[in-house]
Amino acid sequence: MLDSPAGTADPAILVAELSKIYAGGHAAITDIDLEIRRGEIFALLGPNGAGKTTLISIICGIVNPTSGRVLAGGHDVVRAYRKARSLIGLVPQELTTDAFESVWNTVCFSRGLFGKPPAPGVLERILRDLSLWDKKDAKIITLSGGMKRRVLIAKALAHEPEILFLDEPTAGVDVELRRDMWDMVRRLRDDGVTIILTTHYIDEAEEMADRIGVIDGGRIVLVEDKAVLMRKLGKKELRLTLLAPLEAVPAELSSYTLSLEADGRTLVYTFDTQGERTGTTRLLGDLQQLGIRFTDLDTRQSSLEDIFVGLVGKTK
Amino acid sequence: MNLHGVRAIYVFEMSRTWRTLFQSIVSPVVTTMLYFVVFGAAIGSRITEINGVSFAAFIIPGLVMLSILTESVSNASFGIHLPRFTGTIYEVLSAPISPIEIVLGYVGAAATKSVILGLIILATARLFVAYEVAHPLAMLAFLVLTAATFSLLGFIIGIWADNFEKLQFVPMLVITPLTFLGGSFYSIDMLPPFWRTVSLFNPVVYLISGFRWSFHDAADVPIGISIAFILVFFVLCIAAVWWIFKTGYRLKN
Repeated sequence: MLDSPAGTADPAILVAELSKIYAGGHAAITDIDLEIRRGEIFALLGPNGAGKTTLISIICGIVNPTSGRVLAGGHDVVRAYRKARSLIGLVPQELTTDAFESVWNTVCFSRGLFGKPPAPGVLERILRDLSLWDKKDAKIITLSGGMKRRVLIAKALAHEPEILFLDEPTAGVDVELRRDMWDMVRRLRDDGVTIILTTHYIDEAEEMADRIGVIDGGRIVLVEDKAVLMRKLGKKELRLTLLAPLEAVPAELSSYTLSLEADGRTLVYTFDTQGERTGTTRLLGDLQQLGIRFTDLDTRQSSLEDIFVGLVGKTK
Repeated sequence: MNLHGVRAIYVFEMSRTWRTLFQSIVSPVVTTMLYFVVFGAAIGSRITEINGVSFAAFIIPGLVMLSILTESVSNASFGIHLPRFTGTIYEVLSAPISPIEIVLGYVGAAATKSVILGLIILATARLFVAYEVAHPLAMLAFLVLTAATFSLLGFIIGIWADNFEKLQFVPMLVITPLTFLGGSFYSIDMLPPFWRTVSLFNPVVYLISGFRWSFHDAADVPIGISIAFILVFFVLCIAAVWWIFKTGYRLKN
């Protein structure tokens, strides 16, 4: 039985016990359960071959699942595929475009394909938002890679979807375009569009996502609010640059998680941000008593990348 | 029904035709005209009438069929194979559009193109040869049904083929020889009994014979059999396309 969990609003996407075994016997995803909330930006992280694209492809109707069910906006993506698919827009990973079509014709095609009547005003707004309006009559083959990526986004938005999948949207694009896309994604979220993005760039997920899902080996390893995840799994480091190098961590400080770096000139104290007491004040007092002096100190929060590497490493 | 979706695919495919006008229309028309000049005007003048019709007029239905069959298969197979090859098929597969609607869009466009081509060839042939059409409505019906059936066959080939060589294999090495040996340039009644019997196993014989009947009111095989054959082939192609979408063969797996 596939129902929304008690206490949650009707989700944008609900995945239940979803598996896909390809003809060659490769199990791309196994027993995946996942809920994407309406209006959120959900980042799906995972290494190459983790099953991200297969999962998205099944939700969007491009690949048949072996077992399990998916609801989009409450509609079964297989049985009620028309209603389900009309809610979804997909920006694929590859730059797959009709090279000899004009930008305008290709977005008109996309809108029609999804059963929507012509709406030049809507398409003009989308193209203007993506800085493509002055290229509307250009053939796609003449556009740069970044522009082609925007065309794919325009095509995905042409039928005004409620749910947008971005499969590695910023792969291979320059920093400026990446920032533009992040802004665009936030604007879409503000307009009520649910965004699901897969990415290799951890900083992208850290910058944009409301929630993070980690997939590895075809299984969902973790789904968590980004802030909670950072808090729960995040470690913080206090780094002290010593006046005189140490050969080893003094035995009197063995109760602390300490390590030495930079030929004994940097003392690193790792502590849990969740702990009631971090122990930093006591450590500084103990250092003073031992006569260990330092010239500089700074703290560093572990990044999502550190967390991701830790999680994926555990599943190996 | 997603009529906007059907229209989108149809318009997209037809616009590809207009973009490649020389390859799509002009080239097959010129090729067919060369057949008329060589076999109709040059050689045909030395050949006696067949079934009371001049040789030049006799070969018109066969040559139109030759063009219709090969172009229908080529157009439809290329139309669906190209998005599979470039990857743009993802958009069609993820759209709220049914298999029937997808087929209507792609096959409808390919068949339209073939019918236009056939009518242009017929009109151009009139410049070289004086011919009559005994049953104009039947001629048009045969033209449309044959174009639709072989466009369906092309659609199936476009999904089956995993490279461009296979895409060319069927039109060049199956359809063209069968059409040449199917009575395009002769009546199978002119063949010795053994080869006449062999020819009856060639499905294209029934198409050309039926189409020729609509022009000259005379056929190698009874018109009812020709109609039955094309209808059976049409249904077989529909069944194959249904199976492709039901199983996701080479589309969703």
